[in-house]
Amino acid sequence: MGNRVGIVGVGQTHHRSKRSDVNGQEIINEAVSRALAGAELTIEEIDAVVIGNMDHFEGINYVDMWSVDGSGGYMKPIMKVTTGGTTGSTVAAAGYYQAASGLFDTVLAIGWEKNSESDTSAAIATCANPILERETFAGAIGPLAAEYSMYMKKYGATEDDAHLAAVRDHNNGANNPYAHLRKRVTLDDVRNSPMLAYPIRLLDMCPRSDGACAVIYASENKARKITDTPAWVVTTTTRHDYTHFGDADWTIMQTLEEASKAAYKKAGIKDPLHEFDVMELYLPASSCAVKWMESLGVCERGEAPELIREGVTDMDGELPVNPSGGVICTNPIGATALIRVAEAALQIMGKADKRQVPDVEKALATGFGGCSWSDVMVLSSSKPR
Amino acid sequence: MTIYIKNEIDLKRGYKTMDWKEDVKEMVYQGRIKVPYTWSVGEVGSRFFIELRDKKKIWGDKCPRCGTVFVPPRKVCSKCYSNIGEWVEVGTKGTLLTFTVVRYKNNLQSRDAPFAYGIIKLDGADTGLLHLLGEVDLEQINIGMRVEAVFGEDRKGEILDIKYFRPLKEA
Ligand SMILES: [Zn+2]
Repeated sequence: MGNRVGIVGVGQTHHRSKRSDVNGQEIINEAVSRALAGAELTIEEIDAVVIGNMDHFEGINYVDMWSVDGSGGYMKPIMKVTTGGTTGSTVAAAGYYQAASGLFDTVLAIGWEKNSESDTSAAIATCANPILERETFAGAIGPLAAEYSMYMKKYGATEDDAHLAAVRDHNNGANNPYAHLRKRVTLDDVRNSPMLAYPIRLLDMCPRSDGACAVIYASENKARKITDTPAWVVTTTTRHDYTHFGDADWTIMQTLEEASKAAYKKAGIKDPLHEFDVMELYLPASSCAVKWMESLGVCERGEAPELIREGVTDMDGELPVNPSGGVICTNPIGATALIRVAEAALQIMGKADKRQVPDVEKALATGFGGCSWSDVMVLSSSKPR
Repeated sequence: MTIYIKNEIDLKRGYKTMDWKEDVKEMVYQGRIKVPYTWSVGEVGSRFFIELRDKKKIWGDKCPRCGTVFVPPRKVCSKCYSNIGEWVEVGTKGTLLTFTVVRYKNNLQSRDAPFAYGIIKLDGADTGLLHLLGEVDLEQINIGMRVEAVFGEDRKGEILDIKYFRPLKEA
């Protein structure tokens, strides 16, 4: 157990499909400036920087070096981390670890991406094993589609169950001024959207966005001086499994199950459905919004379709999921998982405006990288013991 | 000519606005990176592909500690980290664990859409092999169906030496 650490500032860009008005440094600067402004801090008060984005996406390596104008990292210790889809949550974890170590008082964590600068599918394909899997299975959509096919077969879930979760996230996104996609949709809109890869349709799937996000961590004493309402980090956990895609049982998301179980144990959470007030989850497709609820221990295996159908995860339900609209509304990949942490922190701080869930005391944020590893972070309004 | 730049965050629009940019096109620089790679297949993979190429046989290997039969084979068990030394020939027939039918076009894909691929558990294996599905009605694919490997004529020692898996008509 490290020292206590709180999130004291959060900033993000207004995410769009294309921000050709700014380059990488400039888009990073937008998020960092907003985080500093939100915390009423200056860059001089930042002790260390952690930054990350996807390998190969913009085709410019060493972001720790060339982004200094954007990150504000001049003459500061900067560390780059890049872990695929979980880059944002790994950046979040690394920033937390640095502050919790007691070696730094304030740490700036940054995730960013300009998907529009390259071919996202081509870049994602580079994460698949070139000898065994790239020819037959590469890409982001197909594996998620195959995963849900398996789940539907085992538990009798339907395409509509995923579509309902898509409706939830899209309509939540309409309340979020930072979201990339902000259009309200109906169940029929999702049903009638083009099939990408059975059973996933266009409105079930995340977009590609340009955007950046920044989160500022502060040590216990410092956090109290900066804000009355820090979002305290209770714990964060990561689990990996992958060697070959065919090794895993895709009716569950084992890494998420193990990561959340370990995090709940550390946080003393026994009943996640009732103990969490909100969840900001990295759900790259609406199908995951069904299946992965089981891996998060919110319900038993096979019960997630019922959970979604009954509206338990809607804004007015027992456990609102993705008030921000989630990943299917906004996906600047290297920032995506950090946005989950940022949005969860905003909920704790009571700064989520139109998407605010009332009286949030405990929030969960997750990250996903494929395939497949999972990060979870538990945040709380009260200082952890 | 002097250009004066107003560089402030317009909170309403969410962009930094610069007055001179209203009338000009945003500039981009076009580039392309083409990099050749030579990937080592490795000790275990080499034997797997040689057997595919020369004998149209599919081999896996079995962990001495946890007993898992891996296809494709590997040198070290993914679960218990034991060294694997025992080779096991598995069938060219198997069961479809899951699948998808890809409808979107992307020039990275090895087939033109629509096409199907899935995870096949070969008889005798404990893990699934990813591969394409062929000679099949895309509307009639179902999980649990029996399939068999169809080998190419001109095999080079690579995963596409198996052209695809097709539905098996068992007697
Ligand atoms: Zn083993």
